[in-house]
Amino acid sequence: MFDWPLLSLLVWLPIVGAVALAMLGPRYPDLVRPVALITALVVFLLSLVLYAGFDSSTAAMQFEERVVWIAAFNVHYHLGIDGLSLPLILLTTFIGVLIVIGGWTIKDRAHLYLAAFLVLQGLMVGMFAALDALLFYVFFEAMLVPMFLIIGIWGGPNRIYATIKFFLFTFFGSVFMLIALIWMYLQGGSFAILDLHQLPLSLSAQIWIFLAFLIAFAVKVPMWPVHTWLPDAHVEAPTGGSVVLAAVMLKIGGYGLVRFSLPIVPDAAAELDWLVIGLSLVAIAYIGFVALAQSDMKKLIAYSSISHMGFVTLGLFLSFAIVRNTGELTGAGLGISGAMVQMISHGFISGAMFLAVGVLYDRVHSREISSYGGVANTMPWFAMFAVLFFMANSGLPGTSGFVGEFMVILAAFHANFWFAFVAGTTLLLGAAYSLWLVKRVFYGEVANKAVAGLKDLGAREWLLMTVLAVMVLGIGIWPYPLIEMMEASVQNLVEHIVVSKLD
Amino acid sequence: MRLQTILLMIPLLPLVGDLTAGLFRHFVGRAGAHTVTILAVGLSFLLSAYVAWEVFFNNLPVLNYSVYTWAISDGIRFEIGFLIDSLSALMMVVVTFVSLMVHIYTIGYMKDDPGYQRFFAYINLFTFAMLMLVMANNFIQLFFGWEAVGVVSYLLIGFWFKKDSAVKANLKAFLVNRVGDFGFLLGIAAVLLYMGSLDYAEVFAATPAVEGQTMTVLFGWEWQVMTVICICLFIGAMGKSAQVPLHVWLPDSMEGPTPISALIHAATMVTAGIFMVARLSPMFETSVTALSFILVIGAVTALFTGLIGIVQTDIKRVVAYSTLSQLGYMTVALGVSAYSVAVFHLMTHAFFKALLFLAAGSVIMALHHKQDMRQMGGVGRYMPITAATAWLGSLALIGFPFFSGFYSKDLIIEAVKLADRPGVAFATFAVYAGVVITALYSFRMLYLTFHGPTRMDEETRSHAHESPWVVTVPLVLLAIPSVLIGYFTVVPLLFGGALEDAIFVREAHDVVAQLAYKFDNGPFAFGLAGFLTPVFWLAMLGVGLATYIYLFNQALAERLKQRLIWPWTVLDRKYGFDELYQTVFTGGGLKLASGLSRGGDRFLIDGLLVNGSARLVGRLSGLLRQMQSGFLYHYAFAMIIGLVALMASFVLLR
Repeated sequence: MFDWPLLSLLVWLPIVGAVALAMLGPRYPDLVRPVALITALVVFLLSLVLYAGFDSSTAAMQFEERVVWIAAFNVHYHLGIDGLSLPLILLTTFIGVLIVIGGWTIKDRAHLYLAAFLVLQGLMVGMFAALDALLFYVFFEAMLVPMFLIIGIWGGPNRIYATIKFFLFTFFGSVFMLIALIWMYLQGGSFAILDLHQLPLSLSAQIWIFLAFLIAFAVKVPMWPVHTWLPDAHVEAPTGGSVVLAAVMLKIGGYGLVRFSLPIVPDAAAELDWLVIGLSLVAIAYIGFVALAQSDMKKLIAYSSISHMGFVTLGLFLSFAIVRNTGELTGAGLGISGAMVQMISHGFISGAMFLAVGVLYDRVHSREISSYGGVANTMPWFAMFAVLFFMANSGLPGTSGFVGEFMVILAAFHANFWFAFVAGTTLLLGAAYSLWLVKRVFYGEVANKAVAGLKDLGAREWLLMTVLAVMVLGIGIWPYPLIEMMEASVQNLVEHIVVSKLD
Repeated sequence: MRLQTILLMIPLLPLVGDLTAGLFRHFVGRAGAHTVTILAVGLSFLLSAYVAWEVFFNNLPVLNYSVYTWAISDGIRFEIGFLIDSLSALMMVVVTFVSLMVHIYTIGYMKDDPGYQRFFAYINLFTFAMLMLVMANNFIQLFFGWEAVGVVSYLLIGFWFKKDSAVKANLKAFLVNRVGDFGFLLGIAAVLLYMGSLDYAEVFAATPAVEGQTMTVLFGWEWQVMTVICICLFIGAMGKSAQVPLHVWLPDSMEGPTPISALIHAATMVTAGIFMVARLSPMFETSVTALSFILVIGAVTALFTGLIGIVQTDIKRVVAYSTLSQLGYMTVALGVSAYSVAVFHLMTHAFFKALLFLAAGSVIMALHHKQDMRQMGGVGRYMPITAATAWLGSLALIGFPFFSGFYSKDLIIEAVKLADRPGVAFATFAVYAGVVITALYSFRMLYLTFHGPTRMDEETRSHAHESPWVVTVPLVLLAIPSVLIGYFTVVPLLFGGALEDAIFVREAHDVVAQLAYKFDNGPFAFGLAGFLTPVFWLAMLGVGLATYIYLFNQALAERLKQRLIWPWTVLDRKYGFDELYQTVFTGGGLKLASGLSRGGDRFLIDGLLVNGSARLVGRLSGLLRQMQSGFLYHYAFAMIIGLVALMASFVLLR
């Protein structure tokens, strides 16, 4: 069974399913949802096979597939995974199933809606598995198209502004990455990411490449100050779009930094780590405050996402400061692992929170916090889940939200007291904006007729909430398997980035 | 059954009870919910008692083992595990016993509440979290328990979530606690950096090597690493154990149902900070600076929060301020390295303060949820058991000789007198003054509630009657240890070395050892001698004042209030902490938030940079479009200008 090209199946099966949906959907409307669900489920099960066959004791690439794609430029269709990409692929396929279940009630061109998501899912897996920089780039850009369509067609009233902003921001960033990739190809004659990891480069070249990558990935993360597309995109996106955007697409930036920036240009990263750390701390503290001021639930969660992503970028770039401060590497891996855990955890928590907003939006058709109040009176079970997820969002120990932040703060203290201090403000700010929202939406007397008429969760919503709650609690109580999966790759990365690549 | 299985069951039984009563609340019904949860806690208590028996009487060696590996990252093992020694055994018994009493009491107190099952689920969950906290052998589990009890406290303060004041209070409680946790987390991070582990035993082993190291925090100012670590950790304790200036959440937490005020906000959760410092005594012993800081904070809390208790009119708030003040006493004991005395007072206080809260709750029930003492008076005639147990609890609280609180409080005062470190002078004054204040507010409460002419309206009076047995039995069961536990445990716990395997004190700091001679003739002689100490007469002064003013001459109270309107106002406004925090932190924070959101994100980044650059491109392209006019002579003219400019540059630059 392991001789199958599993990764290719994961990439192309959803896309084939999507094409089938798009073509056959109008003729067999009743089959659309089951087919989409079966496709997503099969893909998820295949990803579990991947997990079962994965050897976490090594940092080497596994499940590799490699065929020549464009011989003239030495480009290969080259896929493979290590401990850094596998968790993200599992996250993607898992969320994929939830999206289909969550989109069950979509009425408007459901076949195209689900097809767009399946395509998006395939492309995202492809991006996480790509070992050829040009292939990565293709997936990276192609992903924009289905997302563009999802927001642009099924989005809210202001969707055109949001889609254009989303597209321009992300496209603007990635152009610089393409230039950097081509320049490196001209130097080393290869687009293979692992070759680029070994390519010696001068410091000035590294700095230019670093900045090019940073622009591309910072927009995706998104880092302050290139983050303003995200709240707009979230607000306009349909629930499923928001979930994918927050749960998976935001991880692309972090993944790019860990796969490209750190190993390819480590000297520049060491030189400019203050920049990333500074921006991360601004994101954590400043955006935490901005989140507090939001009156739209989705905007609040979007800002909260940006703040939480600050922990990812912070954790990834702590290594150099730790070595400078303590003269040792202890703590560097903790920061990177923490960043990775934070990405996965945020996938579940933000996905759950957007689904929760979707549950309310489906019933009341408002995202404004002021439209609610006292929801716990009419939807007690839903309130239980929501309180759990918002607590997780404020980093409660025992939930996944704690693990990554905790590891990053521990690592940050190794680098500098004040890094940990500023990062630690999330304890307060995160709790403040999360629980204040809970107070205003769920507690109090029933605020109006709409709330009075609310019906508690249906079976489908129960399923979604339960599954996510299990993941959030599971990772919080026993993060061992997740961290163990990536440990070898993280250690390998840490050892790689502290060795200078200067000529 | 293997001991490790028993130990695992102790916290897990309440967790199972919680899930059953919470998730299957419609299935198990009301009776099912309280049966399951009470069985769970009851079993948990019996098993804890068995473990304590083994520890204290059969000399069970200290157990320190891992239950499972939480994570391994970067070569650092994070384990979840238990440390079972005298300290944790003691705490387990106290927690499960008080919890069991509160569970039983709740059957009566919450019987008409629609959230009956939910309430039982919450208090079971709380018991689980608290047990995880006290049984931990590492900082991660400690922090987990720490935050988990905080969350359950949040859920229970806001139990009646329709009440606006309740959901304000629970948010406030959580956020103020998070301020403390912020310090706590930094402390834990520092522990990992300097000690290389988060396991207690390994951290204690590494502590001597860290002692003497310094670190720079701000502007080249060198700090002892141990001082920074201990103060950071203690900031966590200040949040959870409600020490000034992080005390503001505890009085407001009275918005929750009374049983949880007894369990969480008096007996167990709020003492977690005290427990933590005692547990980490090998670390705190290394920094006299940190201990002095603790001493002063404790003294301030003991004195000033007690004063507020004198002017409160809400019966629960009197008890709440009394709790704050008593937590201050415990903190003072920690500050003079008398950790065992702090733990001892923690234990006696858990019994008599839970008793006082439950007695107050019994009154509140009888009066149909009226809490204002100005509308009580003479209640004792209708509720003899409640009144009698409240008297016993109050006598314990003011430290009347032979009562449990006498032994613990007297020893705190004696310990402070013997200590020698900065802050002791003020602390000595505070603990002495506190004795008068404690007696004054305690007896004021007793008289206003149970004695004197009744001020109840006819409707309330006609319904007033003693509470049912589910309420009175826990009162009696708590009254017994409130009276006796001090007498029977003081010698073995403090001078017999029972806590020695858990608490470490340097010889030079060991004030408790210096007090041992006072017990040469046993606790009875010490109790008798207690009638002759200044502490006793100070307490009697408070009792006398209260008796005269509130029993015999109630008009005097009003006159005194008019005469002393300034200090009265200061106390009534609680020194203005709430207003200050409301204006500066809540108001300021929200203003900052909306300022950053509008000014930073919407105006600067989105307005100027993003949409601004889009407009700029639009304008520029508009300009460029003008040039594409389509008229040949425009283009020819431009070419001529260009040619001239080009030639001119060649000439000029040469």
